[in-house]
Amino acid sequence: MKEKGWKDIPIGGLILEPGNAKNYKTGSWRTFKPVRDEEKCTHCLLCWIYCPDSSIIVEDGKIKNIDYEHCKGCGICSVQCPVDAIKMVEEVKEE
Amino acid sequence: MARVVGLTGDEVAAEAIRQINPDVIAAYPITPQTEIVQRLSQFVADGLISAEMVRVESEHSAMSACVGASASGARAMTATSANGLALMWEIVYIAASLRLPIVMPVVNRALSGPINIHCDHSDSMGARDSGWIQLYSENCQEIYDNLIQAVVIAENKEVLLPVMVTLDGFVLSHAMERVEILEDEEVKNFVGEYKNPHSLLDLNNPVTYGPLDLYDYYFEHKRQQVEAMEKALRVIQGVGKQFAKISGRSYGLIEEYRLEDAELVVIALGSTAGTIKEAVDELREEGVKAGLLKIRCFRPFPGREINEALKKVEAVAILDRSASFGAEGGPVFLEVRSSLFEKTERIPIINYIYGLGGRDIKVEEIKGVYQTLQRIARTKRVEKRVDYLGVRE
Ligand code: SF4
Ligand code: SF4
Repeated sequence: MKEKGWKDIPIGGLILEPGNAKNYKTGSWRTFKPVRDEEKCTHCLLCWIYCPDSSIIVEDGKIKNIDYEHCKGCGICSVQCPVDAIKMVEEVKEE
Repeated sequence: MARVVGLTGDEVAAEAIRQINPDVIAAYPITPQTEIVQRLSQFVADGLISAEMVRVESEHSAMSACVGASASGARAMTATSANGLALMWEIVYIAASLRLPIVMPVVNRALSGPINIHCDHSDSMGARDSGWIQLYSENCQEIYDNLIQAVVIAENKEVLLPVMVTLDGFVLSHAMERVEILEDEEVKNFVGEYKNPHSLLDLNNPVTYGPLDLYDYYFEHKRQQVEAMEKALRVIQGVGKQFAKISGRSYGLIEEYRLEDAELVVIALGSTAGTIKEAVDELREEGVKAGLLKIRCFRPFPGREINEALKKVEAVAILDRSASFGAEGGPVFLEVRSSLFEKTERIPIINYIYGLGGRDIKVEEIKGVYQTLQRIARTKRVEKRVDYLGVRE
């Protein structure tokens, strides 16, 4: 995202576009990455309820994937999962 | 037609606010609060104004409530003094940075400690970098006039900044003077209606106030605030002229009193300007070319106007009713001297700190200042750059 100059932004730090937090990618904040085991997952959706960053993506009542562009790696989903289907794996530099 | 009445500074401030008729008044009802708010709550109780009166638990909350109300599209006002302003501090800055045109009379009183409730400018001078416009009042009429103009200045689309209208504690707040009060209708038309272009209650155009603003945009928002202050200089002058049309009283950024041919000039703000006028008149009788430059608007600082007004003077004394501990003089002095620095012909300038904690300032003392200026003009030598007026050695 190209950052704008002071003449081109709303005054007072106001945000005039609702829901534009999605443009702010927070995935790089992560140290540990949640990895879901499709085999174990019962699709109870508890992780979806608890995720503070709306990063558990659900389609037709089932977990589809995790949005790694926004997931901050807080680990809440992993703690909440009743069947231990989400593991927190340390992020490593890709070779 | 104007009514002529006798009112104290507190009373006339309340009267101006009654006529402005804000939507929300949020104020802390206990000391260091002044009679301004007591009067306003009486107006509300008597049904004389329709404002929602919010009695909050602290000044911090008073300013917070004003911020919320103003962001929601309401015209919001409060009043405070001294330590009350100090307790508001955090939100005072936030109000300015969210660009909310809140108007607030500040009764200038000394900050504790030791505990003191009397006049000096340590409260509002401390807030000089908070991003608020500051208008200082010389007398009760100016308190009234400044408050009404403040609303129009603050809400101007080029400005959108909060405004403090200051009045000297006790010297004005408790002194009854003759004031001309405009018709309610005239004030109503002059201030118009407040329309916040980004109201929190506008469901069709949702807006977020006060989000996190880090190193990527905070600086740009501060730059905008600087620009708004710049623009306010012209707006304040324009509103001052417009106001003359309904009141017969015109206002600028500064007031020049017998300055045209003055050789010796004292610069001050607030009620002391009135005392200085007295001294100037007496000295003029004696043939001394004395003059006064009163700063009405301290923020934004009218450097150009001051430079212009001091073109042909021989010596200048600047009176500060607050100390800036550890600095090379009081805040007004520092600012004026810095602004005059580029002048090719250096004018000798001295600074007096005076009147702290309500210490009275007398015409005789001011005449003494002019005597010192006479000596400086003659010898071209400044012996003491910063001195104290009225303190016991
Ligand atoms: S780690 Fe945190 S942010 Fe990421 S998906 Fe789990 S709950 Fe959401
Ligand atoms: S909490 Fe665990 S089991 Fe439930 S949907 Fe999420 S990953 Fe699947």
